[in-house]
Amino acid sequence: MIIASNVTKKFGKLAALNNVSATCNKGECIALIGPNGSGKTTFIKSILGMVVPDSGFITFNGRNIIHDWMYRRHIGYMPQIGRYPDNMTIGQVFSMMKDIRAHKTGKPVDESLIKAFGLDQLLQKRMRTLSGGTRQKVSASLAFLFNPDVLILDEPTAGLDPLSSEILKEKIKSEKDKGKLVLITSHILSELDELITHVIYMQDGNVQFHKKLSDLQKDTGEEKLARAIASVMSKK
Amino acid sequence: MKKITKYVLTDILRNKIIIGYTIFLLLISLSLFNLEDSASKGLLSLLNIVLIIIPLVCVIFSTIYIYNSAEFIELLVSQPLKRKQLWLSLFTGLAGSLAFSFLIGIGIPVLLYAATATGYIMIAMGLLLTVIFVAIAMFAAVIARDKAKGIGLSIFLWLYFSLLFDGLILFVLFQFQDYPLEKFMVVASALNPIDLSRIMVLLKMDTSALMGYTGAVFRDFFGTNTGFIIAIAILLGWIVVVFWWSLRKFIRKDL
Repeated sequence: MIIASNVTKKFGKLAALNNVSATCNKGECIALIGPNGSGKTTFIKSILGMVVPDSGFITFNGRNIIHDWMYRRHIGYMPQIGRYPDNMTIGQVFSMMKDIRAHKTGKPVDESLIKAFGLDQLLQKRMRTLSGGTRQKVSASLAFLFNPDVLILDEPTAGLDPLSSEILKEKIKSEKDKGKLVLITSHILSELDELITHVIYMQDGNVQFHKKLSDLQKDTGEEKLARAIASVMSKK
Repeated sequence: MKKITKYVLTDILRNKIIIGYTIFLLLISLSLFNLEDSASKGLLSLLNIVLIIIPLVCVIFSTIYIYNSAEFIELLVSQPLKRKQLWLSLFTGLAGSLAFSFLIGIGIPVLLYAATATGYIMIAMGLLLTVIFVAIAMFAAVIARDKAKGIGLSIFLWLYFSLLFDGLILFVLFQFQDYPLEKFMVVASALNPIDLSRIMVLLKMDTSALMGYTGAVFRDFFGTNTGFIIAIAILLGWIVVVFWWSLRKFIRKDL
């Protein structure tokens, strides 16, 4: 579904992505793992076309994304730090996004997360007054709102309270079971265990490995993802 | 595209600065027309406001607005939208609302007190300058990532067009005063939209007689209908070229 070939991106001297190649298919749930500054977010942003790679290309359903923009209607993106126009209310943000996107997909909108997070009680609140966690809830609801085929979640549970992060995980699981492609970055490895099928481990802009979770467990002999990753890291 | 423009416009109109700007222009133009004994004198005083204040306000407001919409831009860039559409909507929203304030603040008083050919030309020049300086501001905002740098750059560009450019021209004139420079002056004036609009308005006023021999050359060139059309085309060219340049930068920008 998404194929990245030899994607390279430099910010000044620093190579944020160094010849990254990856193939992501429908029905997979992929965890992007790596230390801070390893290029995870840059990789996600280049899939979304927010960062333009210096060389290499990315295709979405067989079409190069550089001359295409309609492919983004198949993607729901939850940014690491959701930034929204300060003087809009939650309700206005939702209705603006619906206004921009809804007619293009033709699918009914999925407002289950808005209700589950209780955001429908807060529609009058201005974005500037929101706490970090509530912002995350808005980001998450927006990512799932249009029933996209691909979900890209950058640190989805950071800043969420345990109850909300449980709601979000349940939602991710149910979407994965519908055969969607889910791409998650997270540092809380323990919560990824039950969600993911594949692991991409990145370091210094390079993909160190891209494996099935079961293969990784077999290779390292560890059941838990956190321990498996730790054993990989300590071997290096 | 229309939808995004609508959101940009409502956001700008909710901003109190643009309302303050309209009232400020209205107060200045009304008081100038009432203070001076003849309308054409009032128009001459107003000309300096139009040539100095309007570009300054447009360039600063637009630059700050673009930086403050960073979140809005970031949010929409990850959506199924063309970047071109987004940038064009921001441009339309900014230029539209600032031009609207100009029309209310300066246009209406001019039409009330001095509805002459000079008045009409001045309104047209003010509108063109508004749009040109919105484009310049968007260019400054797209090439500088840092807000302070971007605002500094746009103020510098304003300073260049309204003061430094004239200084440079004067310097060249004095250095080469033994040579005929009239043709050069005509070309040089096209390189600065503020100068060009000043010439266009002054040529319609009686004061153009005071401009000496160069003034006569300007009159020969820009005073004709062809010259007028060329001047308008140059000003429109400023809008198109600067905006197109900023658009190219924006399409390749990492967000």
